[in-house]
Amino acid sequence: MSEREEPAGTEAGGEPWPSRLYRHLKHVGVRQMAFVPDAGHAALIDLFCADPDVSSNVLTTEEEGVAIAAGAWLGGRRSVLLMQSSGVGNCINMLSLPVIGRFPLLMLVTMRGEWAEFNPWQVPMGRGTQAALEAVGVRVMRADTAEDLVETVESAAALAFDADQQIAVLIGQRLLGRKKW
Amino acid sequence: MTGNMSDRPRLQRRQAVAAILRDRGDTLVVTGLGSPTYDVHAAGDHDGNYYLWGAMGGAALVGLGLAQAQPGRPVLVITGDGEQLMAMGGLATIGVAKPRNLAIVVIDNQHFGETGMQASHTGHGIDLAAVAACCGFAQARTIRTPAELEELCAGLRAPADGPRLFVVKVEAANPPRSLPSRDAVHIKNRFRAGLGLLPS
Repeated sequence: MSEREEPAGTEAGGEPWPSRLYRHLKHVGVRQMAFVPDAGHAALIDLFCADPDVSSNVLTTEEEGVAIAAGAWLGGRRSVLLMQSSGVGNCINMLSLPVIGRFPLLMLVTMRGEWAEFNPWQVPMGRGTQAALEAVGVRVMRADTAEDLVETVESAAALAFDADQQIAVLIGQRLLGRKKW
Repeated sequence: MTGNMSDRPRLQRRQAVAAILRDRGDTLVVTGLGSPTYDVHAAGDHDGNYYLWGAMGGAALVGLGLAQAQPGRPVLVITGDGEQLMAMGGLATIGVAKPRNLAIVVIDNQHFGETGMQASHTGHGIDLAAVAACCGFAQARTIRTPAELEELCAGLRAPADGPRLFVVKVEAANPPRSLPSRDAVHIKNRFRAGLGLLPS
């Protein structure tokens, strides 16, 4: 179920985007990571979970990660939250906390339901992801190529951690590649 | 199910929370929305308190993030049965994360007190301490008597092998509200300043 074709953004010989994101997030001081898995995040999850300097938390539902990120910031740590688009719907009321408390929040959201999606159950939340986030006050950025994704996450991390913003970066399904079944 | 134990005298929530916080030392406190937030404020406002006024189901998880970020400080979450019931999955997440410096106290009046005292699941026999025990908490107990409460207070600051959860059964009453600031940014910056962290 978790198998995918090689991500479209991995050039021959080039560093794949998950490790570029990992290096940048480490560079800006991220020490906590929380996730509900998605195949598109698998490599990034593995990199963080193997890092003894990062507290990585597997979640039962994505909203837990929103609260963990706020607690981490209260204690002086920067964090990142990984999920797929279906998980955004699970987060909405919990996002009240970072929005009203102006807590830095960096969410990386892999999209489903929008590009070569074969599972119709993914479509409604995929269609609603950006609107739902914006409705509750989270700023949405989006990338559809590996190059753009790395720059977008760099920008999003600065906005989150330096400007106290709540940011979700949507990672386009086209970038992630068609899921193999 | 018969879980209401209505024939037994119950602890009073304000006195119980005041006793738990009496010798708090350098404990950092996160409160769940509604009465626990008022109870903690009534026990004395403190820079080391983070009061939630919403984000139901978030208190224990804010506590987890804080405990991981501040491993040298005891972190105490004081919340209600309704708030913790919304985060039963979070007990599994905390059980996996195994922070040694996190304790959760559920002030359990077996009702949703903020909204008209509708009976909650704990009043129907659902046992949050048993859930926490199944989730691998190092300690999980239900407190019903003043003697048990004193024992809890004495042991709260002792080193632990992992996360702990204590259900404190209290009378279903709404004492006068004691309202902390609702300015979440102010409380955040005050809390961080107390840890020597600058506003960004």
